[in-house]
Amino acid sequence: MTGAPAIEVRGLRREFRVRQGLFAPPKQVIAVDDVSFAVPAGSVLGVVGESGCGKSTLARLILGLLEPTAGDVLVDGQRLSGMDRRARARLIQPVFQDPFASLNPKRRVRDIVAMPLLAQGSIGRAEMDRRVDEALDRVGLSIHQGTRVPAQLSGGQRQRVAIARALVLRPRIVVCDEPTSALDVSVQAQILNLLAELRTDLGLTYLFISHNLAVVEHIASEVAVMYLGRIVERTESESLFAAPRHPYTRALLASVLTPEPGLGVPDVGLGDIMPDPANIPPGCRFHPRCPVAIGICSTEAPKPAHGAAGLVECHLA
Amino acid sequence: MTALLEVRDLRVTIGSTAAVRGASITVNKGETHCLVGESGCGKSISALSVMGLLPRGSKRETTALRFAGEEIGTYGEKQMERLRGDRMAMIFQEPMTSLNPAYTVGSQMTEVLRRHRGTPRAQAVDRAAELLALVGITAPGLRLGQFPHQLSGGLRQRVMIAMALMCDPELLIADEPTTALDVTVQAQILRLLATLQKDLGLGILLITHDLGVVARIADRVSVMYAGEVVESAPTAALFADPEHPYTRGLLTCVPVPGKVKRGEPLGSIPGVVPRVTPGFTGCGFRDRCSQAHAACAGTIPRQAVADGHELLCTLSPGWGRQAAA
Repeated sequence: MTGAPAIEVRGLRREFRVRQGLFAPPKQVIAVDDVSFAVPAGSVLGVVGESGCGKSTLARLILGLLEPTAGDVLVDGQRLSGMDRRARARLIQPVFQDPFASLNPKRRVRDIVAMPLLAQGSIGRAEMDRRVDEALDRVGLSIHQGTRVPAQLSGGQRQRVAIARALVLRPRIVVCDEPTSALDVSVQAQILNLLAELRTDLGLTYLFISHNLAVVEHIASEVAVMYLGRIVERTESESLFAAPRHPYTRALLASVLTPEPGLGVPDVGLGDIMPDPANIPPGCRFHPRCPVAIGICSTEAPKPAHGAAGLVECHLA
Repeated sequence: MTALLEVRDLRVTIGSTAAVRGASITVNKGETHCLVGESGCGKSISALSVMGLLPRGSKRETTALRFAGEEIGTYGEKQMERLRGDRMAMIFQEPMTSLNPAYTVGSQMTEVLRRHRGTPRAQAVDRAAELLALVGITAPGLRLGQFPHQLSGGLRQRVMIAMALMCDPELLIADEPTTALDVTVQAQILRLLATLQKDLGLGILLITHDLGVVARIADRVSVMYAGEVVESAPTAALFADPEHPYTRGLLTCVPVPGKVKRGEPLGSIPGVVPRVTPGFTGCGFRDRCSQAHAACAGTIPRQAVADGHELLCTLSPGWGRQAAA
């Protein structure tokens, strides 16, 4: 690892104002709350958490699709805010969950993949064709499939198109937001293998967001666990899965149903209070669901403890 | 064990697609039978055809469709209406699309009892509150007065389950009941289903694409591919000795924490699920199968591997172990 980290965020915060009704005053929702981390070039940071934990907002902030309320995003050492959109597109690209929604249904695959090149405005026709062919080939699509429209492709092929479009500008970083969640298991495995292969061959850095912990364990070098807008634990993948330190991480891991018959369905012990980003509890935000909470947890927010093993935010860890 | 639901040689054609091609499924009393497969394999259509809820323009044929010993394949819509929601109930993946957004939880739940049993409102409300408590909802009185959009995804799914239980059904069909939920909530809902089954003696037909769910909750599994049940076995046997090349492929596709090394590629099945038209013969998996040979285009034999373990394949049982030896 040399030079600047591929992605660095410092004190990142994003608030939304949510209207409660016609006359009620709008409510403040803090989707991402004081998040800091760095992703070394060539590695994969997996981000996990339940729906509403802010993981997709984090992705959009890092892609520059949302402006942070406070804090900074640095991509390849450069501050994202104020960066030229075209320069940004050459550095960082997204792959989203639903290839049915993220591809223009009326355009041919080739034209979809060429779009980022066209938007650069400085690339000639011949060069563009060459780069599109190269990107399609990289993701395992034929020239013939390039002439089709998305409706003529399967879900897995469509996700390949989305990956080709992300790669055509040869970015250094790809933000994958639930890239395999809409796919069947046999196809999910194909896409995960493709993403892993592309990372090694092209030296890419991934921010990999998923609710599927087994998938994240398989692909990520480091994992960040998000809960109500904060990263509550961040550790190298192997130690996180072997020895989770935050009670929330333990509960998440316990909920994973591995295909091992006879083990039954585990008792996660979280109760039925659901996290609500519009009503973040005082103290440790996890305490109402925490099976091991003590007195201090409901009054005082734990400070992030940085150690050799990573970061954890819990009074008891 | 008595068969609660017995489906023999189910065939469903929708337009020019042969959605189900001769599937046989049996659910015993007090048993959870999982139908597993990828999208388009016919698992949901099989379930809908049991409930008599197939889309317009589809054609259903069976040699037998028996519920609690009675042939229901010949039932008309009126008779099916009396069964549905009463002795057999169904829950779906997305509770928001199956709950009516314009009515409160209470009025939707009580309607089931009032309609099927003519129960007076007050009694029906009591029953609804009792069931909400049973499915682990802490303030049933409050929830009864709320609208579906005021509930979280996990709560909505619990309401759906409670509603399905209003008339004490004997059979519950659950189509991907936890797919839209977070893993933590999924575990809670599945635990709930398992407990309810034990307490109430329900027969459950559970449809899922998630092999983790299957392993943890099913007594018996049927793997579907291209409209056929390609393998059916008791859960432990299926995971220990998968016979069909598709089942074996599917099991290698799932990353198992601690089992598959990071950085090593996962197993995957090349190609995509075919769309099968009426008149298609042979094995639907042969284009993706590494073991395919000429006989796979002909009639595929249904073979008994062991007691209760059936295989639809031209390979003889135990082929995998012989190949490895």
